[in-house]
Amino acid sequence: MNMDYTNYPKFTPEMKKTHKILIPNMAPVQFRILAAVMRKAGYQCELLDNCGSQVCELGLKYVHNDTCYPALLVIGQFLDALNSGKYDLDHTALIITQTGGGCRASNYIHLLRKALVKAGYPQVPVVSLNFSGLEKDSGFPITLTLVRMMLAAVFYGDMLVSLRAQTEPYETVHGAAEAKQEKWLDTICGWILEDRGYSHREMRTAMREMAADFATIPVRRVPKVKVGVVGEIYVKHSPLGNNDLEKFLLSQDCEVNIPGLMGMVQYSTYNMSETARLYGGTALEKVGSGVALKYFEQTENAMISALQDNGFHAPLPFKELTKLADGIIGHGNKMGEGWLLTAEMVELVRSGYENIVCAQPFGCLPNHICGKGMINRIRELYPQANITPIDYDPGATRVNQENRIKLMLAVARERLAEKTAAEKKPAPEPAPRLRKDTAARKEALA
Amino acid sequence: MKVGLDVGSTTIKCVVLDDADHILYSTYERHFSHILEKSEELLRRVAKQYAPEARLAISGSAGMGMAESVQVPFVQEVYATRVAAGRLAPGTDCIIELGGEDAKILFLTNGVEVRMNGSCAGGTGAFIDQMATLLKMTADEMDAAAQTAEKTYTIASRCGVFAKSDIQPLINQGAKAADIAASIYQAVVNQTIAGLAQGRPIHGKVLYLGGPLTFSRCLRESFDRTLGVQGVRPENSLLFVALGAAYFADQEFDLKEVADRLQSHGASETYRSHPPLFANQEEYEEFRARHAKATVPRVPFTANYDGPVHIGIDSGSTTVKLAVIDQDARLLFTDYQPNLGNPVPLIRDVLQKLYDEHPKLHVASVTTTGYGEDLAKNAFHTDYGVVETVAHFTAAKYFLPDVDFIIDIGGQDMKCFKIEQGAISDIFLNEACSSGCGSFLQTFAQALGRDIKDFAKLGLFAKRPVDLGSRCTVFMNSSVKQAQKDGATLDNISAGLSISVVKNAIYKVIRAASPEELGRKIVVQGGTFYNEAVLRAFEKEMGVEVIRPDIAGLMGAYGAALYGKGKAGADHVSTLLDREALRSFSQETRSEVCGRCGNNCQLTINTFSDGATFISGNRCDRPITGQADTGERNLYEYKRKLIQGYKPVPGKRGKIGIPLVLNMWELLPFWHAFFTKLGFAVYHSPFSSRSLYIQGQGTIPSDTVCFPAKLAHGHIQFLSKLGLDAIFYPCMSYNIDEGLGDNHYNCPVVAYYPEVIAGNCPEVHEGGTPFIYDYVGLHRPKDFAKKIYEILRRTFPDLTREEVREAADAGYAEYASHMAQIRAEGERIIQQARAEGRRIIVLAGRPYHVDPEINHGIDTLITQFGAAVVTEDSVSNRVEKFPTTVLNQWTYHSRLYAAAKYCCSQPDMDLVQLVSFGCGVDAITTDETREILHNGGKLYTQLKIDEITNLGAVRIRLRSLFAALDEQKEA
Repeated sequence: MNMDYTNYPKFTPEMKKTHKILIPNMAPVQFRILAAVMRKAGYQCELLDNCGSQVCELGLKYVHNDTCYPALLVIGQFLDALNSGKYDLDHTALIITQTGGGCRASNYIHLLRKALVKAGYPQVPVVSLNFSGLEKDSGFPITLTLVRMMLAAVFYGDMLVSLRAQTEPYETVHGAAEAKQEKWLDTICGWILEDRGYSHREMRTAMREMAADFATIPVRRVPKVKVGVVGEIYVKHSPLGNNDLEKFLLSQDCEVNIPGLMGMVQYSTYNMSETARLYGGTALEKVGSGVALKYFEQTENAMISALQDNGFHAPLPFKELTKLADGIIGHGNKMGEGWLLTAEMVELVRSGYENIVCAQPFGCLPNHICGKGMINRIRELYPQANITPIDYDPGATRVNQENRIKLMLAVARERLAEKTAAEKKPAPEPAPRLRKDTAARKEALA
Repeated sequence: MKVGLDVGSTTIKCVVLDDADHILYSTYERHFSHILEKSEELLRRVAKQYAPEARLAISGSAGMGMAESVQVPFVQEVYATRVAAGRLAPGTDCIIELGGEDAKILFLTNGVEVRMNGSCAGGTGAFIDQMATLLKMTADEMDAAAQTAEKTYTIASRCGVFAKSDIQPLINQGAKAADIAASIYQAVVNQTIAGLAQGRPIHGKVLYLGGPLTFSRCLRESFDRTLGVQGVRPENSLLFVALGAAYFADQEFDLKEVADRLQSHGASETYRSHPPLFANQEEYEEFRARHAKATVPRVPFTANYDGPVHIGIDSGSTTVKLAVIDQDARLLFTDYQPNLGNPVPLIRDVLQKLYDEHPKLHVASVTTTGYGEDLAKNAFHTDYGVVETVAHFTAAKYFLPDVDFIIDIGGQDMKCFKIEQGAISDIFLNEACSSGCGSFLQTFAQALGRDIKDFAKLGLFAKRPVDLGSRCTVFMNSSVKQAQKDGATLDNISAGLSISVVKNAIYKVIRAASPEELGRKIVVQGGTFYNEAVLRAFEKEMGVEVIRPDIAGLMGAYGAALYGKGKAGADHVSTLLDREALRSFSQETRSEVCGRCGNNCQLTINTFSDGATFISGNRCDRPITGQADTGERNLYEYKRKLIQGYKPVPGKRGKIGIPLVLNMWELLPFWHAFFTKLGFAVYHSPFSSRSLYIQGQGTIPSDTVCFPAKLAHGHIQFLSKLGLDAIFYPCMSYNIDEGLGDNHYNCPVVAYYPEVIAGNCPEVHEGGTPFIYDYVGLHRPKDFAKKIYEILRRTFPDLTREEVREAADAGYAEYASHMAQIRAEGERIIQQARAEGRRIIVLAGRPYHVDPEINHGIDTLITQFGAAVVTEDSVSNRVEKFPTTVLNQWTYHSRLYAAAKYCCSQPDMDLVQLVSFGCGVDAITTDETREILHNGGKLYTQLKIDEITNLGAVRIRLRSLFAALDEQKEA
């Protein structure tokens, strides 16, 4: 069969009016707000929530089977949506992110375009969402306002994920945290559509209110196994990609900490200047990242203090996170999640989430290094680290994955019991937890 | 009373303890995947004989979902083992436990750690069972045999399927079963240590648990020997998990009630399913009638038959097939039997029978094909050998002259080829990882306690065939387990397995997006298609009616006979051993290490009664001809010579070591010149070898990373013993920009593997050799000199900026001259090949594919076929940058695309791509390269390589390529 993959349809500015853009669902909370941002920017869009075995099957059918699992799922999810008959195929477009890094992920868009041709949807344009100047003709025009809104979406999203995660396992009324998250999501999406809620000042206020609101949920703080989740970004966040990992961990009576998406944004920003520092570049290149990071820092600080002031655990500021990689992995390791993944593991271990699931697609290249490759070193430095790497792919069964996680949890429970016994008095309120976290934070800062 | 139930992947274990924790009752039995029924039965038994109520906990890999569904506490099995060991064997340092499908190591002292095999691992009980089946032995017989072994062979230990493809050729070559058995145990030991210990030493009091280690003395001894310990097999070594579960049990249950819950759960059928294969009986009858039509005419083979006959012998991986035809291609006689390890005596017997029963027999030609083609040809002096793909194509044409697609699923291999304009245009062979073919179905039927024929029939009318996905054997096993737990019945599993074999072929091996693109005139063959469920599943998936000849399992032999008929006339007399010679025929096999060069190939030498010998296992012709390969038309060999030319030059500053791994295969000239200029003696590690790899395997943290990267650990260990001042192995995000792509990255593994070394190899930790692995960029020469100065000054403070700048210049100059030499020699080889009328193969890989341990001698193999071999980087500079449909962002891969493009403009040049297993980047490059070549009218051949050492499949593939090229040329 002769197929032409080079003359793919471009996403032209006029299509903004005529086309509906489908968004793959990576991080459900954050992406819901991001979808609102796109709507505000004048795009018609829809966040996909189709799942099921046919998604993966379509991926297998139209993408090279050894390609990483996230690519299979994202492309499968698109094709499944296009097959559903719900969309006007001549007026539908797809959006996909492109990092431009040295990992295979930069090729997803090309794999998607090939798959579209093969599957009989050559007319469907693909929009590239990237910040590296790739795909100029099909790129997504980025304005400053849009950037600010997107940042707000990620910050809000991360915070809502964190708040729910820290409340849900302890709530006395089942579903309270989820309802609260739902309420805030609606509120925030509403703000975005009204063109507000994304300035620094508004966010600072909103974040305080959010944290305070979650703090009103009645809870019973009993000691629970605390699990951190790190990994390849899609598999880490997407329930479709990680077989509902968060839900599974909750069902095992754990508190789950999934470090947010903002870290990835900051990490990518940081790497631009780091590259220039390592290999040479202009003075502007060398300091550019610092300026942007400084800008993110304001909101980051607002989020951290909102969380802490209301008795919640807060992630380390990115600046501090950067230091945690020192002595373990170089900051030049910038493909995929790179040094960030390693640093996140260290942060989790140091802040009491020493039980970690390191999730990656089977055969994920960067994670051979920054994930599995660094576990030994982390264990050397932090003997309490209880890390289990889990591979995800279309063939890996949930049973196998959950069995390995359960092993990690069995060890965690034993340690928790020892710790609780050692402390004699069972920790009654959230307060001691917080003190411990703060102590760890101080130590990290020192 | 306490009850512990351990539901493993192949067995179920149960213990009943009294209140003083004494064992009242225990059992260990195979469950043949009847997990729910067995558990239910056991609980009822216990309830009846001991007490209706007891404290109960469930453990085991297959017990998890089950425990949850009946609300009984689940204890993770490794954890249960630990609980039991703490009570029963205090003071234990380390536990090694092998189960049906799991392998575990528990470190109990100096920091508790538990390790379990990942999702890709096979060196376990199921693996040993599979291997025993392959050797036609029971597990006990295999253990007994292994105790008489004299030597061990290298068997890939990474996964069962890999090991299988190492063992099969050994069997076919006549290696001794005892030696193979011992090698299998050693492979299990290597797999366990490499996969699980991950650098942590195992010593002190070691405990052996689980089925395989309980039953096999040889396996325990292999562990003892390899680890240098005296391990203990404790009492109740099979029951530790069940005991742990029982100790842990603290919740009281009515056992009968739990059994009832299990029963009702079994009836719920919650798994994912496909539509049934046949809607009704009529559909089935119609299907049968249609397939009954594809037949070969047969004529009686009478005792006084005296017409000329042509014999085809297909000596396959698991079976030997033989066909005798007359001058009109009609079948006189067929024979089909399992090869029982050594095909030669079987073939002899059949030939003998032909001679005996037909005194006037006129054999016009004998043609051999299949895995054992060369062996059979040499043993019996047959006329022709033909590569199996061509044999199958020849046979398929007989049934469907305009056939455009052939798929053959045999016991071990799957072969598919597309036909365009009368020639094979594309070949797909199953790579080592997806050979879930016929023998898989068979092994599974056996595991479920059924005969393969009955088992397949079961599936025909299954109402809800299980959806098992389309992945490799190991994964499929756990999918089946899961389905059974979800209540799938045997008929639905049978149908599901047949469907998954088909899906595996179409989507995994062929990787077709839509069935239409494969062709519409399809012949299916191979023994597996006798299975009507597989045949039906294939038609349904493809949406087309296909032809399945009545001799589907004999097509290779029939095709070989047809091939011989085409080559030899009716009056031709075959060179086959005559009656006398055949009667006195005998065969002796022995094996020895070649020792004529550093490769130390493990040779299997067959000696026949007429004094002729047949050697296999060799990588080059040296053991046969006595002469070393000159390598004069092999650019890979030239590259190796260049690398070997870099020797340490004593200098004032000391000694620097460079591991000859990954990108260093190309950058050694640069760093050698650079450091020599700075006054360092530059030592590099040698070419990789098996023993170098084994030495380093204990520190590999990720068992799924590519083999070239895994080798690095052995290289570092080698260098660490040289007393160097430092080992230099920098991280490099970027490669040199050759202007062929959109960017010039290294792949993540090449770029950052030094980080893994630093994090995991004790040789370079505190107190070891200093390790310099900073981030370095050669792509910006000016900045490079400045940056490397800052980096090196930290270790060598006396260096000056000026010196380093000069050294950098020397480095760049040496690199340029190195690449120029390669390109000049490439041109010379091309010119010479053209003058001699040889084919030119661009063996395209990465620089490190030059390592003989990585390419397994494929370069030499190609030159043995008479072609010349050049590298991708010797021709990639001959084309300008051109657009690709993927993001062209890695330097090595840009060369690959450019080389493919260049081939399209050269009629006598073809590209063969080497792909390392686990290379994620190649998931993208292979499709693109295929497309470039196809658009240029070229064939695409891909060879997947790993630590696997079997060249059989590679040989078939290359020979098919050459046969197809010859046919194209003639057409």
